[in-house]
Amino acid sequence: MTNQDEHKEGIGGMINPRRYGIERVAYLLMRLSGLGLLAYFIGHIYETSSILKGQVGWNEFLAITQTNEGHAILAIVIAMCVFHTVNGIRVMLGHGGVGVGKPARPDYPYIPASQNIRHKMGIYSAIILAAIAMMYGLAVMFGE
Amino acid sequence: MRESIIMKIHYGTALAAVALVAVHILMRLTQGFAESLEYESVIANYKFIPYAGMLEIILILLSIHGFNGLRVILLELKQGRKYEKAVSYGCVVAMIALIAYGSRTIIMVNTGMM
Amino acid sequence: MAQAPSLAEKNTMKKITLRIARFNPTNDDAKKFMEFNVSYEKWTTVLEAILDVKQHFDHSIAVRYSCRQATCGSCGMIINGKPRLACFTKISELNSNVVTVEPMNNFPIIRDLAVKFERLFDTHHKVKPYLIREDTEISSSTKEFLQTPEELEQYIQFSNCIKCGLCNSACPTMATDSSFVGPQALAQAYRYVADSRDKGKDERLKIIDDSHGIWRCHFAGSCSQVCPKGVDPAMGIQLLRGYMLGFRS
Repeated sequence: MTNQDEHKEGIGGMINPRRYGIERVAYLLMRLSGLGLLAYFIGHIYETSSILKGQVGWNEFLAITQTNEGHAILAIVIAMCVFHTVNGIRVMLGHGGVGVGKPARPDYPYIPASQNIRHKMGIYSAIILAAIAMMYGLAVMFGE
Repeated sequence: MRESIIMKIHYGTALAAVALVAVHILMRLTQGFAESLEYESVIANYKFIPYAGMLEIILILLSIHGFNGLRVILLELKQGRKYEKAVSYGCVVAMIALIAYGSRTIIMVNTGMM
Repeated sequence: MAQAPSLAEKNTMKKITLRIARFNPTNDDAKKFMEFNVSYEKWTTVLEAILDVKQHFDHSIAVRYSCRQATCGSCGMIINGKPRLACFTKISELNSNVVTVEPMNNFPIIRDLAVKFERLFDTHHKVKPYLIREDTEISSSTKEFLQTPEELEQYIQFSNCIKCGLCNSACPTMATDSSFVGPQALAQAYRYVADSRDKGKDERLKIIDDSHGIWRCHFAGSCSQVCPKGVDPAMGIQLLRGYMLGFRS
């Protein structure tokens, strides 16, 4: 059966963060930051291998990263790293059933207990901490 | 391997990596960001066996976590026996290749084989 | 026979434009939308508006419905971008002059607003949605299986599921993963695992522990946000996973 036959929403539906609140935004950011960090990690392993070319090779590669663009990319990496870590811990706890509420007879208007303020605070904290860490990173990199 | 075991490894590598990467970043900041990236300083870090060991562990943890994360995303995007096998084996091969490449740098600098 | 007055003919009432997706998989390549001007009262539901259009403008519109009171789970559809039950959604609460109705995502379309439920029922059946134990209440030698109110509280919320499929339609994993077991079935797996009378926990956990099982849920929670019965599948799934991660026993 093709995607069309199954009437799947597809990637567009999966990454659409607008319909279901901050939890879906966190879901998207978690994926994007994960992919971004993997790309950076591969680049970082390649980058650090330039030390095998001696001081000249190392300094040449370092010069490429010590630019405004390099610093900006590193600042985004810091933000992704902090968000992925903090939100990852929240998700991991949630996956273990921590902070998702207790089963109870539902009453109208059926506000889901799992979508509670604790987890929302976790998401907002992850975003705010990522922003602070990014600014701190920029201050360190551009301050020197 | 059962998916639950793979995902427990995924969570475990994440938690361990968070602790070790924090040490790795703090080392940059305590030495001064620019100074810590100077050639002599980096060589000294690699030659210090506990630190080199930590870098090796970070390399392994993040490679496992990162490529398993990629596998999860790719498995959710498309399905089919051949595709899923290719994704799973492809991610394992890429993970091993990255660990081998990174380990080569750590071992060669640590042992002075440059 | 006297014809019932159309909602569209009642000039004193407020009006909206009802956009209905039309699609016949055997003839059409893509969805088309037909627009109808419909009057509504404060209490008019989307289903009533669709049925009014069907009665007075175009009887060929395909829509599945039965109870009209959010009990049968038949009339799930995408209403203004979100999966909802048409009989449980009042036009007045949508706060929009245009109401767009489309068939639920992640379900094959039969025609227009009606979708196939085979996969939902297959995955539901896959997690063994019944008590598993060797003895039975039916035999005369066995006593009734007693349960305390506290034990009942552990799963009663999840037994409210009406299998409307809204959760599967909202799930981001279901949007791309055709093999994912889905929030509906996973929540039902929890419903039986948490039942003190059930002995099939290990069996069920084994079924959902595969590459398209419970681990493909990332706790985005969209399923719980659209559930019209307060089942909160996201909670059930995380509690179920708690057993697998050793957080619960």
